[in-house]
Amino acid sequence: MGEHTYKEFDNELEAIRSGVLNMGGQVEQQLQRAIAALSDETPGESIDDVGATELLINAAQITIDQQCTQIIAKRQPTAIDLRTILTVTKIINDLERIGDEAKKIAYKAAATRGSNQLTRVRYLDVSRAANQARGMLEMALDAFARLDASAAADVIDRDGEIDAMFHSIMRQLISYMMEDPRTITPALEIVFIAKSIERIGDHAKNIAESVVQVVKGKDVRHATAEQIRAEVAQR
Amino acid sequence: MNDATLVARPEVTHQIRSRTEPKMAIRGLDFFYGGFQALKNINLDVLDKRVTAFIGPSGCGKSTLLRVLNRMYSLYPGQRATGEVLFAGQNIVGSKVDLNLLRAKVGMVFQKPTPFPMSIYDNIAFGVSLYERLTPRAMDERVEWALSKAALWREVKDKLKQSGMALSGGQQQRLCIARAVAVHPEVVLFDEPTSALDPISTAKIEELIAELKHDYTIAIVTHNMQQAARVSDFTAYMYLGELVEYGETDQLFLRPREKATEDYITGRFG
Repeated sequence: MGEHTYKEFDNELEAIRSGVLNMGGQVEQQLQRAIAALSDETPGESIDDVGATELLINAAQITIDQQCTQIIAKRQPTAIDLRTILTVTKIINDLERIGDEAKKIAYKAAATRGSNQLTRVRYLDVSRAANQARGMLEMALDAFARLDASAAADVIDRDGEIDAMFHSIMRQLISYMMEDPRTITPALEIVFIAKSIERIGDHAKNIAESVVQVVKGKDVRHATAEQIRAEVAQR
Repeated sequence: MNDATLVARPEVTHQIRSRTEPKMAIRGLDFFYGGFQALKNINLDVLDKRVTAFIGPSGCGKSTLLRVLNRMYSLYPGQRATGEVLFAGQNIVGSKVDLNLLRAKVGMVFQKPTPFPMSIYDNIAFGVSLYERLTPRAMDERVEWALSKAALWREVKDKLKQSGMALSGGQQQRLCIARAVAVHPEVVLFDEPTSALDPISTAKIEELIAELKHDYTIAIVTHNMQQAARVSDFTAYMYLGELVEYGETDQLFLRPREKATEDYITGRFG
């Protein structure tokens, strides 16, 4: 896109754009720590960093929101500028939620790792789902950085895979619980972790839908993956 | 194709589907200041009881277009229009048009308030008496009606004999609006009506336009894009004498069809 006549407006838009990408980077790190805690890795300082990063993520959400509000008040943005700013306010909420879920996973996994045969075995499946979710987040942020609606549509396609993984984990856990009631407590821990991962996938999908809205000007929330693909393919 | 965004270029095939009747239909309009062509093949509808805004950079032809709609250009030699502007079954840029009657039906409010150097009452009555013979009582009622329509009655009802020039800028502009509606027009043209006014007066005029559109067809030229976004139902973006894009205001300001339009409204112009 060309530059605004008001250079300061360009600077303000760039500030919120890079703010989102920085915040996204911190959320990705948070998710990486969660995955490390799920695997059989020694956490090192990872878990201590989780709390500190959570504060940074929350602060970024507030700062970027304020910046967006300022731009709306000062610049009366229209068309693509307006769509960009409004979707940024949605994206930072999704990022904050992902950060929160990642934090919960990290703490829960660190607290219960290795404590039970069931937990150790099932965490491998859950780590795979968590890696898938991390991949979706990375792709969604990349799609935002490049304003690439087609890449965003790819993310939306993949949400179905995470849902399928979640249901598969649930089915296996249910069979364990039915077989041996002593596994119920650890199994429920895994259920909550798996649910958090499934939520992360949904939030990554939301971010991708926001990218489509910026680029195409159409609100594709509640549309199917096929409908979104068709919309993206149009001029 | 989204029918809410219409592009009036002949090579684009589309249907101009009005959800309401066009009050004025502009077809193939060209305009010349001497040898200079200021408007090129303009095609659009000014829809009945709607507000149509014309936006664009300086020199794009928006005021020129507005002044075709009531043949204001006929005051000046060397200015001519070709093509069609259909209004009430007539091509008003043709030769057999009663210009005085036209300008009663298509009124105009200018950027700088232009009250006559007369009393407030006479400002209104003067125009009416050119077209109608009213009894003094009927004229009183017409003056009150027009000033009420322009949201000015309560402020001036006790000083109708005072000079119209003694009013504030915002009041003078509303007096000019009252003068325009007093002769029962069908269309009212506004040429940057609030450029010379403070923000509060501007807001009052915009509120007034929102009211007036229930009774009159309105066309407004403005260089204030936010004003166009606020007051209009349809917006036309013009550049260098051509109509670049025309469509529903909500759509044009949220997702314009043409990149040129988007560049202009987002301030990426030039």
